[in-house]
Amino acid sequence: MSDGAGTPDLQRPSSLTRIKESGYGGVFVACAAVTLLTTIAIFATLLSDALFFFSEVPITEFLSGTEWSPNPRGGGLSFGIVPLVIGTLTVTITAAFVALPIGTLTAIYLSEYATPRVRSILKPMLEILAGVPTVVYGYFALVYITPALQATLFPEMRTFNALSASLMIGIMTIPMVSSISEDAMSAVPDSLRQAGYGLGATKYEVSTGIVVPASLSGIASSYILAISRAIGETMIVVVAMGAQANMPEVRSALFGIPYIHPAEVLFDSGMTITVSMVQIAGGDLVGGTLPYDAMFALGLTLFVITLIMNVLSDIIAERYREAY
Amino acid sequence: MSQNQQSGDEASAESESLITTDVQPAETNRRSRSATILETRDLSVYYGDDRALTDVSIEIPEHSVTALIGPSGCGKSTFLRCLNRMNDLIDACRVEGEVTLRGKNVYDEDVDPVALRRQIGQVFQKPNPFPKSIRDNVTYGLEVQGKSATDEDVERALKGAALWDEVKDQLGSSGLDLSGGQQQRLCIARAIAPDPEVILMDEPTSALDPVAASKIEDLIDDLAEEYTVVIVTHNMQQAARISDRTAVFLTGGELVEYDDTATIFEDPADDRVEDYITGKFG
Repeated sequence: MSDGAGTPDLQRPSSLTRIKESGYGGVFVACAAVTLLTTIAIFATLLSDALFFFSEVPITEFLSGTEWSPNPRGGGLSFGIVPLVIGTLTVTITAAFVALPIGTLTAIYLSEYATPRVRSILKPMLEILAGVPTVVYGYFALVYITPALQATLFPEMRTFNALSASLMIGIMTIPMVSSISEDAMSAVPDSLRQAGYGLGATKYEVSTGIVVPASLSGIASSYILAISRAIGETMIVVVAMGAQANMPEVRSALFGIPYIHPAEVLFDSGMTITVSMVQIAGGDLVGGTLPYDAMFALGLTLFVITLIMNVLSDIIAERYREAY
Repeated sequence: MSQNQQSGDEASAESESLITTDVQPAETNRRSRSATILETRDLSVYYGDDRALTDVSIEIPEHSVTALIGPSGCGKSTFLRCLNRMNDLIDACRVEGEVTLRGKNVYDEDVDPVALRRQIGQVFQKPNPFPKSIRDNVTYGLEVQGKSATDEDVERALKGAALWDEVKDQLGSSGLDLSGGQQQRLCIARAIAPDPEVILMDEPTSALDPVAASKIEDLIDDLAEEYTVVIVTHNMQQAARISDRTAVFLTGGELVEYDDTATIFEDPADDRVEDYITGKFG
C-alpha cells in the first residue's frame, strides 16, 4: 500500500479538535467532582457544627451519657448518646441477621441453581422490593408484623417495638445483598466451576467451596451496603418502633460482664440515632441552639460508625478473599 | 490456489519428517494391545436441533494416549465431554448411544455423574487453578470425595505433574501466582491427586508457550504409564509426537478414521484424512 515516498501525515490535529478533546475531559472531571465535593462539604459541615457542640457538652459526657432528652420544654437537657446507640445497634444487628443469610442464600440460588428463565423473572422482582417506599414498609410492620408476632410468639410485645421494625428493615435490605452478591457470583469465571465439576464436586460443593470464596469481596460490599442502609434507615423506625429513647437496664452476668436482656430492647419502643435527628429537625428549633448543634454531633457519630464498618469489612474481605 | 497447494506440500513434508523422528512404533504396539477401558457405541450428540456428533464408535485402550484431532467445530471437544458427562451441564445438550467405562454404560439411569467424574479427571484448555493455595488446589478433589489429604498425597500429585521441585517451598501461596505452564501442571496435579483411571485433556497446551507446552507433552507420556489419557489437540505434530492412537474427526461430528497414530500419519485409509493431515483443508 505504501509507496515509500513523501512525508507521512503526522500533523497535530487542528486546535478545534484539541479544544474539544480537553472539553470532554473537563466534563468528566466536573461530574466526578460533584460527588467528591459534596462528601467533603457534608463532612466539613458536620465537623464544624459538631465541634461547636462539643465545646458546650464534653465529648465524654456525650458518649457515655445514658439519658437523651434534647427538648428544652421537656425538662432538663441531656445529651447522652448511649440509648440511641443501643437502639441503632439493635435495629442494625437484628436486620443483619435477617438480610445477610437470606440475601446470600438467595444470591447462591439465583446465580448457581436458577435456570436463566427463572432468574430473569426473579431478579427484577427482588429488585422491586428495594423500590417500595420505606414508609409503606413501616406501616406494614406496624399493621401486620407486630400484631402477628403478638398473636403468636411474643404476646408481651408492645405495639411500637424494635423487633418488627428490624425484621422489616432486614427484609427490605435482602435485595441489596442478593442482587450485588449475585452479580459478584455470576462474574466468577465458568472455567472454575468446570474445574470443580471435573473433579467430581457436587453443585453444592462448587457453589459454596469455589464460587462463594471467589466472590467474597463482592459479597462483603453487599453486606456493607445493606448494613449501612439499616443503620441509616429512618422511616420504618419512626412508624413501627416509636420514638422513645429508652435506656434498658444493664445487668451484670458472670464475672461482672455487663449485658442487656434482648427482650427488653426488642419488644419495647426505642430510638435510633437517625430518628433522634429527625425529631430535632422536625421540631421548631432555632439554629445555633444546643439541641440544633446536637444534630450535627449525631450525624458525625453516624458517619464515624459507618466509616469504621467500611474499613473493617474491607480488611476482612481482603484477608479472606480468593481473587481470581 | 497455487499458494494453497504450496502450503499443503510443506505440511506434508513436515509431518512425514515428524513421523520418522518422533513416533516409536514398538511402544505404540505395546500400549495399543492392552485392554479396552473406555468404549463408545453409536454416540451421537445434539445441541438443540444441531447434531454435533454422529454415531461415533471407538475403543480406547488402557494406559495409552489417544489423540482426537480434526478441524474446529468437528465435535472432538464435545466427544471428550461426553466421556465424563460434562455435557450434562449444558441444558440444550442431548446424548444418544453408549459410553462404557470398563463395560458399564455411564449413561445408565443408576450412574451418578459426580461419581463418574471422580474416575475420569479432566484438564482444560486454559489453565484454571482455583484462587486458592497450591496445596488446596491439589487436595480439592480428595476433599470433595470425603477423603482427608495428607502431605504425601500432595507431594505425590505434584511430583506426578513434574511440579514438585518448583513449588515445594511455596505450597501455601496462591496457585494463580504461578506461570501459565506451571498453572497447567498444577491443574494436572489436581486432576491426578484423587487417582482417577482416565484423564481427559482438552487442548491443554494451546494457551501455553512452546517451552511450557513441551514440558506438558513430556508429562503426558509419563502419565500414560499409570493412567489412560485422552487428549484433544489442534496441533497435528503434537498428536504425532505424544499419542499411541489417533482419532480423526471431520466437520459434521463424524469419526472418519481411528487407528494407531503411525498408521494415521503415514498411511491413512481415508483420503479425507490424508487431505486433512497434509493440510489441504482444516
